[in-house]
Amino acid sequence: MTDGIEDRIARGSAPNPSGAAPSGEDMYREHILDHYKHPRNFGVLKPAAVDHEANNPLCGDQIRLTFNVNDKDEISDVKFTGRGCAISQASASLLTSRVKGKPLSEIKAIDRDQVVQMLGIPISPVRLKCALLSLAVLREGIEIYEKKLPPPG
Amino acid sequence: MLDAKAVRRDFPILDRKVSGGKPLVYLDNAATTQKPTQVIDAMDRYYRETNSNVHRSIHELGERATEQYVAAHERVAEFIGASSYEEIVFTKNCTEALNLVAYSRGLRELKPGDEVVISQMEHHSNFVPWLEVCRLTGAKLRIVPLTPEGMLDMAAYEAALSRRTRLVSLTAMSNVLGTITPVKEIVKLGHEAGATVIIDGAQSVPHSATDVRATGEDFLAFSAHKMLGPTGIGVLYGRREKLLEMEPFLFGGEMIGRVTNEGATWNDLPWKFEAGTPVIAEAVGLHAAIDYLDALGMDAIHQHERKLVERAFERLAHLPVKIIGPPPSKRGGLVAVEMEGIHAHDLASLLNDQGVAVRAGHHCAQPLMNALGIASTVRASFYVYNTPAEVDAFVAALEHARKVFQL
Repeated sequence: MTDGIEDRIARGSAPNPSGAAPSGEDMYREHILDHYKHPRNFGVLKPAAVDHEANNPLCGDQIRLTFNVNDKDEISDVKFTGRGCAISQASASLLTSRVKGKPLSEIKAIDRDQVVQMLGIPISPVRLKCALLSLAVLREGIEIYEKKLPPPG
Repeated sequence: MLDAKAVRRDFPILDRKVSGGKPLVYLDNAATTQKPTQVIDAMDRYYRETNSNVHRSIHELGERATEQYVAAHERVAEFIGASSYEEIVFTKNCTEALNLVAYSRGLRELKPGDEVVISQMEHHSNFVPWLEVCRLTGAKLRIVPLTPEGMLDMAAYEAALSRRTRLVSLTAMSNVLGTITPVKEIVKLGHEAGATVIIDGAQSVPHSATDVRATGEDFLAFSAHKMLGPTGIGVLYGRREKLLEMEPFLFGGEMIGRVTNEGATWNDLPWKFEAGTPVIAEAVGLHAAIDYLDALGMDAIHQHERKLVERAFERLAHLPVKIIGPPPSKRGGLVAVEMEGIHAHDLASLLNDQGVAVRAGHHCAQPLMNALGIASTVRASFYVYNTPAEVDAFVAALEHARKVFQL
């Protein structure tokens, strides 16, 4: 079994481009603020094969994801809306850009480390939940699409 | 006048550096407070010199430990104006104290058609137990709304009371809004309706003088760790006649009178509510904390915090922030803000970078946040060791956060 990102952060071996202890300011680099203020793929797809939403009760972050899948089992289009901290919203913006046009099989392999790498910033353990909310919503959305989970409501 | 600089010398933790060398600006006192050496030493001394189980150990250490444990009950009784140690029950925390009443009175006594009155600004600890008790008993939960200013709507409170009201459980001070509620009037109206009145004093008892004889509540719950004491110990004050008629919440050792194969009788007050080996070292720590607070003077503490809140209001007026709740004259020593363009969690991260420790989020009061239409706020809460310079550091850190976010 491989270590989770929390374990690796606790050991200090998680991606940390600055090489220093995670600091608040390192988290709010230009590209994170850019994705926060100008989110890509922002909106709601209608119609959508999947329309799924989740919250992070810790800070009230909320992400709603809508996407469609084509006959090659690729995510043909994806959009998100949400509210919350810069980390959660920038993460959704980056993740939706990353998965658009990609096959589900490849998307399902995206793990937590890859999301942290994609963000390219040091993330303190308490903020990890914010960073990973969009991945959780996406994974649940794909499971719903593949009928592993009943659609909510 | 309280000399915060002198007070700080008693709190070794306040000298430490955080976030790569920044002085610690600790403004998360509504969550928990720091401990003075007097408290740390008292507990340390207890474990080094006295440690023993209480009540029935017939040896010298056992007798000394029992004396200290009873003395802690007496000290708490004196501190809040209770008539004797019999009215003071030690619990794990304020939440457990409230649960004790919810289980022992609520769950056993409420019937369908009965009503419980709480308010929109209750902490989850005084909200969820009543939700659950009402669900299990079929009683109705009535939630008193707030005025637009963030005060308890007393007209709505009065209207919520009726012959059906069995229990009223209200906070003396909101942990989000800072709102101070009129406890004496709450109790008077509740009693007139024939209800038992419970006050959540988690945020009020540490910060201002408490006198249950003057206010008259049937129960008062609070936590030691929010008043310079250790974690692991809370207090339930109960009026003697109310405790006498009430069944225990937890069962086991220490709380019994006589036990046979057929049944058991209960110990005297307050021990019938303290099943199992109790929080002895913590009680010693709480005793020391109360001695410390009393030496400073509860009125001086209240005035000190009022000044810090007034300063925070003045300084924050120059920033694009929204302060949640009433003006300084109607609140205790905390300020929760929302800042346009920066989420509270991002703010807290950036404040931490400057060494400023605050709480961000819903502050365990989700129903209140929903009612206000707010997802989360950043809250600075003050105590005896905080200085005007630290208020300024908080405001400066907020300004700095705006720069990082290029606002």
